[in-house]
Amino acid sequence: MFDAMREGLPQRAGVGFKARHFEALLADPGPVGWIEVHAENYLGAGGRPQAQLAALAERMPVSVHGVGLSIGGEAPLDAGHLARVAALCDRVGAASFSEHLAWSTHEGTFLNDLLPLPWTRATLDRVARHVDTVQQALGRRMLLENPSSYLVFENSEMAETEFLAQLVEGTGCGLLLDVNNVFVSAVNLGFSPRAYLAAFPLEAVGEIHLGGHAEQVDDRGAPLLIDDHGAPVADPVWALLGEVLARTGPRPVLIEWDTEVPDWPMLAAEAVRAEAALEAVR
Amino acid sequence: MSAGGFRAALLDPGRPAPAGLADGAGHAAGRRFDVYRNNVHASLVAALQTGFPALRALLGAEIFRGLALAFVRAHPPRDPRLMLYGDALPAFVEGAPALARFGWAPDLARLELALRAAYHAGDAAAADPAALGAIAPEHLAGTRVTLAPAVSVLRSRWPVAALRAHALGGGPRPDGGAEDLLVTRPGFDPVAEALPPGGAVAVAALAAGETLGTAQDAGDAEDAAFDLGPVLGALLRGGAITGLRSDSARETTP
Repeated sequence: MFDAMREGLPQRAGVGFKARHFEALLADPGPVGWIEVHAENYLGAGGRPQAQLAALAERMPVSVHGVGLSIGGEAPLDAGHLARVAALCDRVGAASFSEHLAWSTHEGTFLNDLLPLPWTRATLDRVARHVDTVQQALGRRMLLENPSSYLVFENSEMAETEFLAQLVEGTGCGLLLDVNNVFVSAVNLGFSPRAYLAAFPLEAVGEIHLGGHAEQVDDRGAPLLIDDHGAPVADPVWALLGEVLARTGPRPVLIEWDTEVPDWPMLAAEAVRAEAALEAVR
Repeated sequence: MSAGGFRAALLDPGRPAPAGLADGAGHAAGRRFDVYRNNVHASLVAALQTGFPALRALLGAEIFRGLALAFVRAHPPRDPRLMLYGDALPAFVEGAPALARFGWAPDLARLELALRAAYHAGDAAAADPAALGAIAPEHLAGTRVTLAPAVSVLRSRWPVAALRAHALGGGPRPDGGAEDLLVTRPGFDPVAEALPPGGAVAVAALAAGETLGTAQDAGDAEDAAFDLGPVLGALLRGGAITGLRSDSARETTP
């Protein structure tokens, strides 16, 4: 097995792995240079999920993406859960570990959603402590992902980009820039995605996410985009990706498609498009 | 606004959105908070649908959805591993008066839990079936076996394996009675196989580290005609025996 843990993710297109694509991916990965899995789906002791992941990890780099650590939560991180995630990273020789700037657990109740945070000094101190804990447990730098937002906290004290920049400064963590999340949040909260990206600490970006969203409206009839990962990447998001890559150069770019999962050719076609965007800046 | 208030409002659709949340233009968040509320409920109901497909098929989508929503509010997950979520569902179904007419439902849920646990159980290489045949007959009674982590036994007053097969599209609706089931995982896909009378206690004895002789005696106590042979056959077919060892001190056990 190649040493993905040492070499990191390749600056190529990757896809979020779904079991139904296992045979196709093994037979011919096509444009796909790496995969990402949700850590919490691979914390069982054995059976098919572990066998499929082990087989893929022998052939391509694996990114482990947590959705349950609750890094923004008020309580200390769940040490048992963190230890299981660390063991998974070791088992598959993870090329990267990432999590979300969000919370999902409160007083032991796991709510299975990425819940929002106020951008305050108190939140920053808490998240920084938790990022330090993760990085120590994993023995590596982690990436933290910007959220998709549907509302704002009136008690926020700073911009999201300022919050992320200070977190990078304080913990040495990297960032996972989800361009679809930027677009979704910008539409939902009425800001310019380009202004957001101009203020984003791009030098810390170790991975980029792309995914689809759904369109709804809020109580006032204003557009409300839902980050459901259930559709092709939208054209304005591809445009933003091109602008980001023009500034950062090639980065690992992941296609996320988690609901209404398509057949392999459709997912592979999205990866081909991501690869073309990367080729344009190589 | 606290995370506790946020959580309470998430799980209770009767509560208004917490104060201090707004859209991007200073208006109250309103329906925007419902995005999170919907995500929490829809994703957890979906996790239960994934875990209990036969229960959903037999109760019907509407009744199952009502059950799942009530369960999510009463027993939200305590662990981010959703492959474990739903352990408390059988007892919750048992305690729900509206579901009393579905007497088989708690045990069908237990069977689906056992199959899911077997799906994710640790891997263990099955012993060569020939190894059992190679043991001298006089040593068999003193032999002990190691069972794979995927193995479990379910005793039910209802024909739950047949009900599950019927629910998932195969076979007629069964009208049989009580069923003892052996859950194993040959390869990657768990199976539930009916055990003869006495088989459940015999497998429990083997799982507790008792000898084949003691397991036979345990089965005899439930059914005088009990024969451990077919039970061992079912275990071997299921890749459920991962080790065999003869106990020389018990070699002379009659």
